[in-house]
Amino acid sequence: MGLLHIIYKKPSGKLAKDRLKILLISDRLNCSPEMMEMIKMDIAKVISKYMQVDAQSMEIQITREAARGRVMKSPILYANVPIMDMKH
Amino acid sequence: MCEVIVITSGKGGVGKTTTTANLGTGLAAMGKKVALIDTDIGLRNLDVIMGLENRIVYNLVDVVEGKCRIKQALIKDKRYPGLYLMPSAQTRDKSAVTPPQMVKMIAALREQFDFVILDCPAGIEQGFQNAIAGADRALVITTPEVSSIRDADRIIGRLEANEIERTDLVVNKLKIDMVRRGDMMSVSDVADILAIPLIGIVPDDENVVIAANQGEPLVGNATLAGRAYKNIALRVMGEEVPFLNFEKRISIWTRVTGIFHRN
Repeated sequence: MGLLHIIYKKPSGKLAKDRLKILLISDRLNCSPEMMEMIKMDIAKVISKYMQVDAQSMEIQITREAARGRVMKSPILYANVPIMDMKH
Repeated sequence: MCEVIVITSGKGGVGKTTTTANLGTGLAAMGKKVALIDTDIGLRNLDVIMGLENRIVYNLVDVVEGKCRIKQALIKDKRYPGLYLMPSAQTRDKSAVTPPQMVKMIAALREQFDFVILDCPAGIEQGFQNAIAGADRALVITTPEVSSIRDADRIIGRLEANEIERTDLVVNKLKIDMVRRGDMMSVSDVADILAIPLIGIVPDDENVVIAANQGEPLVGNATLAGRAYKNIALRVMGEEVPFLNFEKRISIWTRVTGIFHRN
């Protein structure tokens, strides 16, 4: 372990908070990773009717924080869908 | 007006029984009439924390089964005039009592007490359902550790689903020096994640173990935990009490000498 690594290592308290935030979202929704994968595939299928998307590098995430760090009451589903080409 | 409070956490060993004993004793010390009920059937411990283990004759299951009257199962704590304990049964299991039976018993206790405090067992099975059945409000106890916070979150969900009017958070066993080093989540981190109002912060204090050894609740004495528990009792009664500032207590001298104590 290099010196830089020691200096920039995330304090374990911060790590715990970050891990819990993600963990509790799936606990609260009762949503398994398999289900997330199925949602992802279905979103890709629907959007690819209209445009060519890169399903492999697509990401979906459920969080409580909306844009600009605002905490929302209900969780929000974010999807990053890279568009490769528009179909016309 | 009687208030029925359930002390719960999900995970075991985070301090439900200690909190029950100290909150109840604190309220009784301020002149309230308080009944403490141990609902952990088969694994009772509130009696030993209160130092009343030698005075048990009847228990919760006897009351529910009609083998004795409520009054006979309530042990009077001689230290405070209004403090009573109903112990749990040690030789039975959680299925010996049902939620409707608990509601019925608590309804009878409401007429005689200002506060009824229920010590909930760990877990989310029948013991938990029994404990929350008759409660108006809940205190959720957690330590600043991932496992305990995760379980607390599940419990908060269950309490909401069971329409408990009010749920407050107690962060227990806080290690101040670890938080300062960034190696433990701070109280605001925990409160932020669980998103329910904070009602108490109890630092990790050796005196809690000593008090348990002696069977003597430490609420109200000069120890850090004793003061923290007294503040929780005041807040439960609706008073606004500022949170203890643990950071401030470390003087420059302790910091200087602390350098030599580090291993």
